[in-house]
Amino acid sequence: MSSTVADATAIHLDDAVVALGGFPALAGVTLEIGTGELVALRGANGSGKSTLLRLCAGLLPLTRGGATVLGVDLADHRDAARTLVGLLGHDNGLYADLTARENVRFIAEMVGAPNDDVESSLARLGIDGRVARTRAAALSAGQRRRTALASLVVRRARLWLLDEPHAGLDSAARQELDSILRDATRSGATVVYTTHDVESRPESTPRTITLTGGTVTSDVAGAGLGEGVAPRRTP
Amino acid sequence: MKSIIVVARKDLRIEGRSRTLLARVVPFALLVLVLFAVALDSEPLILRASAGLVWMAILFATMLVVQRSFEIETSDAALDSVLSCTSSPSRVYFGKALATFVQLFALATLLVLCSVVLYGSRVDGDGLVLLVTVMLTATAGLSLVGTLYGVVVARLNGRDSLLPLLSLPVLAPLLIGAARATEAAFGSQTIDMSNGWAWTALLAVYAVVFGSAGAVAFAPLAQGDS
Repeated sequence: MSSTVADATAIHLDDAVVALGGFPALAGVTLEIGTGELVALRGANGSGKSTLLRLCAGLLPLTRGGATVLGVDLADHRDAARTLVGLLGHDNGLYADLTARENVRFIAEMVGAPNDDVESSLARLGIDGRVARTRAAALSAGQRRRTALASLVVRRARLWLLDEPHAGLDSAARQELDSILRDATRSGATVVYTTHDVESRPESTPRTITLTGGTVTSDVAGAGLGEGVAPRRTP
Repeated sequence: MKSIIVVARKDLRIEGRSRTLLARVVPFALLVLVLFAVALDSEPLILRASAGLVWMAILFATMLVVQRSFEIETSDAALDSVLSCTSSPSRVYFGKALATFVQLFALATLLVLCSVVLYGSRVDGDGLVLLVTVMLTATAGLSLVGTLYGVVVARLNGRDSLLPLLSLPVLAPLLIGAARATEAAFGSQTIDMSNGWAWTALLAVYAVVFGSAGAVAFAPLAQGDS
């Protein structure tokens, strides 16, 4: 493990290329995300948002360029990065035959989190009582998403990578999620999530990065787009 | 070690809920045993071939158990979530192999008992020790190879047919070894006990080799690295 990037930097990508089946899903991305930042990644389908998240989660190998996550060089030590990062992809990563509580407890046991954290995470996401005892297969789409989020909360990861976390959630759950994301950044975690929808971002989102064709096309600080906020970096 | 137990316990809990082993695998394996007996239709021939028939049924059943083991991991991308919880993916490999081993060992025990009832196989005291050791080493080998090939095909289209196509040739030596050693345990006149133990040692080496290969190869295969 190397610590070539200062602790203040959670993600540092330098002309990062990820090829999937010979196709460059990320075609030279350069960006830097500071510790404790809340960042929205925007872009059309196939723009490379999910690939960027999976790269940062240590689940995809770097084809070319440089990538450092929480001080870990992904080119050499991406196994080490995985335990520091919590990833919630398009799918929820749940076992259909386990109850909501058992799914969260399994993740907690894998990362060594205490059982109290399981209950508090479930309660925080509004999954308690009968719902917690229900098999994931029988939960609604929103309940499954919330269970997956509870699994993420229980991990206490230093970097949260969320692929369209608002999808399938009702209005109340979206607000609760935004609140959880803000709390996570206040406690020192860095949160990066993808979205198609500008309005779904929490109001306090300080920064929005737009990907097009596997490259960063805009990087805007501030709560919204088109409000006269100067781009931070546009390669 | 704790992660291995956690993964295995999770797989076994899911199996307990879905009852795939009881509802699909056991009936299938019993049917294979019965059909072999019907097809051979000769008591001396059946008795002589009983060891091989038992392990053939276990081999086929292994495909179902392994397919189910990875079906639960890929249906909602749970494997990615599990892998992101550990810096050592080989623990996930050994955890899944352990759960498969428990199921296959239970199945092997049942099928050996059925062999005694259906085929008239006999085991004496020394043979029983050898038989249990063979069952342990051979099912360990099946589990380790099955889990390794299970993850190879986990994200591929047509994985149900690819798994037997890729893994059965690799498992052929294990089938031969397990059948020969079991034959010795059954008191066959064609192979003595010392040869049975030699085959068992070979099975142990096979399991260690594939277990080591699986520990190294599981992570890149599970992550779909190119």
